[in-house]
Amino acid sequence: MDLSILWYLVPSVIMFAAGVYGFVTRKNMIALLISLELMLNSADLNFVVFNRYLFPGSMEGMFFTLFAIAIAAAETAIAIAIIINIYRAVQSTDINVVDKMKY
Amino acid sequence: MGITLPVLILALPFAMFLILGIGGVKMPRKLAGILGICANGALLAISYIVALTYFFSGETAYIIDGVRQQLQLFDVTWMAFTDRLVVNIGFLLDPISAMMLIVITTISFMVHLYSWGYMEHEPGFQRYYAFLSLFTFSMLGLVVATNIFQMYIFWELVGVSSYLLIGFFYKLPSAVSASKKAFIVTRFADLFMLIGILVLSYYVAETPADGPLGGASAFNFIMLNNNSVNVLESTLCGTFMGGSILSWAMVFIFVGGMGKSAMLPLHIWLPDAMEGPTPVSALIHAATMVVAGVYLVARFFPLYLIAEGSLLFITVVGAITAFYAAVVACCQIDIKRILAFSTISQIAFMMVSLGVTRPELHEGMGYMASMFHLFTHAMFKALLFLGAGALIHAVHSNNYTAMGGMRKYMPITHWTFLIGCLAIAGIPPFSGFFSKDEMLTAMYANSPLWGAWMTMVAALTAFYMFRMYFLVFWWEENPHYKEHTPHDAPWQMSIPLIFLAAVSCLAGFLPFGEFVTWNREPYHIHLDMSVAIPSICVAVVAIAFAAWLYARKNDKPAKMKAAMPALWEAAHRRFYWDEIYMFITHKIIFNGVCRGIAWFDRHVIDGTMDGLAAVTQYTSAKIKGLQSGNVQAYVLWYFIGAVILAAITWICLL
Repeated sequence: MDLSILWYLVPSVIMFAAGVYGFVTRKNMIALLISLELMLNSADLNFVVFNRYLFPGSMEGMFFTLFAIAIAAAETAIAIAIIINIYRAVQSTDINVVDKMKY
Repeated sequence: MGITLPVLILALPFAMFLILGIGGVKMPRKLAGILGICANGALLAISYIVALTYFFSGETAYIIDGVRQQLQLFDVTWMAFTDRLVVNIGFLLDPISAMMLIVITTISFMVHLYSWGYMEHEPGFQRYYAFLSLFTFSMLGLVVATNIFQMYIFWELVGVSSYLLIGFFYKLPSAVSASKKAFIVTRFADLFMLIGILVLSYYVAETPADGPLGGASAFNFIMLNNNSVNVLESTLCGTFMGGSILSWAMVFIFVGGMGKSAMLPLHIWLPDAMEGPTPVSALIHAATMVVAGVYLVARFFPLYLIAEGSLLFITVVGAITAFYAAVVACCQIDIKRILAFSTISQIAFMMVSLGVTRPELHEGMGYMASMFHLFTHAMFKALLFLGAGALIHAVHSNNYTAMGGMRKYMPITHWTFLIGCLAIAGIPPFSGFFSKDEMLTAMYANSPLWGAWMTMVAALTAFYMFRMYFLVFWWEENPHYKEHTPHDAPWQMSIPLIFLAAVSCLAGFLPFGEFVTWNREPYHIHLDMSVAIPSICVAVVAIAFAAWLYARKNDKPAKMKAAMPALWEAAHRRFYWDEIYMFITHKIIFNGVCRGIAWFDRHVIDGTMDGLAAVTQYTSAKIKGLQSGNVQAYVLWYFIGAVILAAITWICLL
């Protein structure tokens, strides 16, 4: 079966748009983190797909994605640690509560 | 001679400056002093080896058929800006630089040793020795310069070290203003020197690359002095306001020398420079740095000889300065200021002697006499300053009114000081007599006017020196001695005095003409009795007059002062030169010229900058609300921006 590249890119765009929408509208920091992961995964998907369709002979995009997933895992761990600390400090995970770092 | 010793001569004092300057704070004072003195002793030995090898070894590298050679022991490219503008650093060995090596290191060593006693209890002892090393380094670099630029660089460095040492007691406002004054005045003069150098180098033709000097840069002294015809052809082509370009360039260069050597009207910094520690005055403001102007003229002498108008300028400036300084010295109270004016007068003497030199007059002996006087003057003036330092150390005052009758209390200082006074007054067999006699002979040979004028200055010299001598050592004992009896200084201070006194007794018998002459051929010194006898008579009469006035306490000086109060006051106030400078700078320059400039600065330049700042502040106040602390808003803005950028890219690619 010969799938067009669009079959991969359209879900990727939907994932990314969902991520942006979620990041801007949600109030819970955990939800923000999930939205962030959605955007990241859509980018990873793009890497793999373009590698597969444009440069079928090489593997760079695949490996890049593997590393990106590993780093994303580490980032998530840090983000959750920060969120837990914020929760301990202010007893809330609402993003609107933490707006001290401004002008 | 290899390059090890010459490099060491420059490297040793510089390394000492770094070691004492950086590590001095952590060192005990004794260690810093001993280090400084030992390094200077080594430097003294090396310089003597180099200079004496040059003068006495008789090797063909140094002397061929009785003509002493100029040789560059090394000359390396330091900075190459363009093909023509290349700055070298090197070591030029010729009679005058070898002679200066001896003078500088001898005086420097004596001053290092003397300061060990004199500065013992002063805070900043290590810093003092570091600065002394810096000065020694700069002065040595100046005299061995192979080209004008190296000389100029070290010329400024001696100015800096002089500034640092004058302002050594930086908590005294007077010392601070004196150091600033010295720096600004000499720097102002150096501006003219730079202009002169640039004019000269612009017009001097390049040396051919296949010539004997192999395309040396146009700044090289050997190339300039030995290719005078070349220089003449390229610089005489144009004239400016009636003088040839060469004359103008040489006069401008000499103005730099006037600043450093305190010639009228740029002399005002030297008397104030006495605010520095006394050994510094002996080293810098009597023996070495202030004669840099004389050295400069001597270094460029073949060029000055072509431009005779500039030599006449030097003679006139020197003659006026010599007389002026001698008159002022007669009416000063501070003994260091008397010595300062005496230094100005003696340097002017050397300048006149250079100015009257012509090859056809006594084989150009004025040059030799001038260098001879530089040598003897360095020794006896350093002796007088160090003696004055011992006196000041004993009574804690600079004024002779606090002294009087000191001969009983300080015999070593008394005898050495007397030798110094006799030497400067020109009494045989002390060294000053011989050099001054040669100078006067050269002046009479040029014109009886200069000879008679300078004989009068020599008489004044004898008078003011013995005025000071009698007022300090005879006159009447100061009543305060009962509370605080003055006594001779410790051995570190007495040894330099005795050594320099011995040199002042013997240096006159040196056959100086065999070593240093303008064309580097030997000249046999012989006393011209028709000059020597009148000058001795004049000096003796002046000393007798000083003795008659000041040997015992009496009211004759007061009567003389009362008879001519205006003259005394004018001479005491140095003929109002400082007031004239204050008037010109404050009333005319600051109040007149600078007022408009200040308005422009405050309103236009500052206004522009203030306007820029105000706009920035206003804008930032308006838009700072964007930085709200709300992460989601940031992301939204970022997303909108990215979309807009993507849209622009897409449109452009269509």
